[in-house]
Amino acid sequence: MTTTPTDTSTVPATTPDTAPSPTSAPPRRRRARLRGADQERASWRWALTAWVLTLVFVAPVVWMVLTSLHTEADAATNPPSPFAPVTFDNYLQVFDRGAGVFLTNSAIASGVSTLLVLLLAVPAAYALSIKPVEKWTDAMFFFLSTKFLPPIAALLPIYLIVKRVGMLDNVYTLVILYTAMNMPIAIWMMQSFLAEIPKEILEAAQVDGAGFLRTMWSIVTPMISPGLAATALICFIFSWNEFMFAVNLTATVSSTAPIFLVGFISSQGLFLAKLCAASTLVSLPVLIAGFAAQDKLVRGLSLGAVK
Amino acid sequence: MGSYNKKIAMTAVVGVAGLALAGCAGAGGGGGGSSSDGGGGAVTVLMVGNPQMEDIEKLTKDTFTKDTGIEVDYTILPENELRDKVTQDVATGAGQYDVVSVGAYEVPIWAKNDWLQPLDDYVDDDADYDAADLLDPMKESLSSDGQLYALPFYGESSFLMYRKDVLKQEGLTMPEKPTWDEVADIAAKVDGAEPGMKGICLRGLPGWGEMFAPLTTVVNTFGGTWFDEDWTPEVDSPEFTDAVDFYVNLIKQHGEPGASQAGFTECLNAMSQGKVAMWYDATSAAGSLEDSSVSKVAGKVGYAYAPVKETDSSGWLWTWSWAMPADTDNKDNAAEFMKWATSKQYEQTVGEQLGWSRVPAGKRASTYEIPEYEKAAGDFGPLTLASIEAADPTDPGVQPRPTVGVQFVGIPEFADLGTKVSQSIAAVIAGKGSVEDALAQGQSEAEDVAKNYQ
Repeated sequence: MTTTPTDTSTVPATTPDTAPSPTSAPPRRRRARLRGADQERASWRWALTAWVLTLVFVAPVVWMVLTSLHTEADAATNPPSPFAPVTFDNYLQVFDRGAGVFLTNSAIASGVSTLLVLLLAVPAAYALSIKPVEKWTDAMFFFLSTKFLPPIAALLPIYLIVKRVGMLDNVYTLVILYTAMNMPIAIWMMQSFLAEIPKEILEAAQVDGAGFLRTMWSIVTPMISPGLAATALICFIFSWNEFMFAVNLTATVSSTAPIFLVGFISSQGLFLAKLCAASTLVSLPVLIAGFAAQDKLVRGLSLGAVK
Repeated sequence: MGSYNKKIAMTAVVGVAGLALAGCAGAGGGGGGSSSDGGGGAVTVLMVGNPQMEDIEKLTKDTFTKDTGIEVDYTILPENELRDKVTQDVATGAGQYDVVSVGAYEVPIWAKNDWLQPLDDYVDDDADYDAADLLDPMKESLSSDGQLYALPFYGESSFLMYRKDVLKQEGLTMPEKPTWDEVADIAAKVDGAEPGMKGICLRGLPGWGEMFAPLTTVVNTFGGTWFDEDWTPEVDSPEFTDAVDFYVNLIKQHGEPGASQAGFTECLNAMSQGKVAMWYDATSAAGSLEDSSVSKVAGKVGYAYAPVKETDSSGWLWTWSWAMPADTDNKDNAAEFMKWATSKQYEQTVGEQLGWSRVPAGKRASTYEIPEYEKAAGDFGPLTLASIEAADPTDPGVQPRPTVGVQFVGIPEFADLGTKVSQSIAAVIAGKGSVEDALAQGQSEAEDVAKNYQ
């Protein structure tokens, strides 16, 4: 019985030291396990969200391709019939209308303008980041401000000028316009890429005796190549898809792919399957360009180009 | 080091050369660019993408260009973009197009603006062309102040299409010239005759050229009109209200499901898939209904005149035609093309090369005397011709009208006015608001329009 008091006294005395280890060790492990499970659940949740979002974004494209492979009658049924027999007839009809000329015009307008944009935007961005000119933030804002005006508001003066200089229905009119339209975006993107190059690297190159061109070519270009790819692709996509200037400034010989697309919209008879076939065809070059530059793009975009 | 510098120098040279090349190409404007110098060159044609236009694009090279040596460049745009482009082109005198496809609605309006070249001189003394063979209602719709401003490519009226087999099965017969009351009666009886089948399809899709094409013909035959001769708006008149009430109720009770979204395309689909027993729409739809590769009801469709109430006939009149913008400097070649595209010989070419059901008909009386076409057009051919001939664009209702046109008012403001009123009526079809409110609103909009003309 005497032991009881000591027992009782030792118990409270020991509990602070001993109790935590047997009683709290399992919770800690459990918590760790729980945290693991939580993380797992969270990452599952993210994965699920990513998949759902991907499906939401891809579904219309898949639907477009699927519709393009059906006959007009099947494409127009309500409820839709996704498992109708497959036919390539629509693609033949699209080629029959001479898609080649339009695609060539689009390639010239988008390709040449993208090239020009890069050639002009990279030096400009250099002068706004690595060796910033005076009041470079004002200059950046000025470039951005040129995008404030809705393009439709500029259409009339542009149309009249283009008509006066005899450049209507000329694919190089589009090249000039697209170059001007994409320049601010390209400068902003390239500026943020160039700003991320540590000054020390450039200084080290100078110390090693590299001149300006050498530094640009061997040091800067490889470092910003993901950024260049991302910028080029965005400019290319914007020019490839541009409709308003193309429809107003071209007529018979220099129309671009978007103009070709809308030609399939008809008030008489069914056109959905043909339109989808043409849209698939016109989206292909951009998709291919995107896939080709994919690894660079992922790096480029995750580097924080478009902040 | 030296070799590096050389490489850099080379890169710089290549870069500069590239820039210079790009610059040259731009200034030269070669490549895809440069045209519209007019004066006897290629004919540039702007047109809508209807099936008949696709056909002519296919046939031009081996027939017209081969015979005359005149090249033709086509651009296809949807109706709205086409309208904007032509307006822009003609208003600024850019002269990018030598020939444009124009609907019956625009021709008189554009002619009054002096945007189109009068064509009498080109066709009158050409015996081969035989302008007298063109149907009078077509010529009337394409004329202004007695001058012809466009040549009809193909034309249509409206009539009632119905399932012979379904009516027979229900023990019903369709009169040759039905009244709207008879049609409503039959619609009630055949509604549900087959699983999922509705009585009738009528356009409910908003738009002056969608819902208001058939609906204005109903208004006409019910004794109503948009404007009377002195431009007094009549949109909230009892006749107009009765007509719209009748149309809306018929759709609500026995019309296609989702009617406020159903236009020509949707109704064509519903009819050819056997989902409706009747359809009141364009005569040009019959060709598609009788084409067994896209239609399940080929051979089962009967045709009757556009239903009437107060008038003797009520079919509409529409044509897609070729017009020449006044500012083109390639007039002779353009006229040559337009005459070829609307000639008897072109119809023959289409019939022989693409099939007789694809002939752009409805503009020449002689088309309906071609034995092969008669055979291909079957039941609907003669009725199409009769419907077009019965349509009177100058007097389509019970009262005199201020402009030419059956299912539209020939003023630029009508596209907007008709579309706005049709939106309110589509809402009524979908179950929101009342016909009276929609038309009261329409009346005030019509009053605003009328002020420009009174």
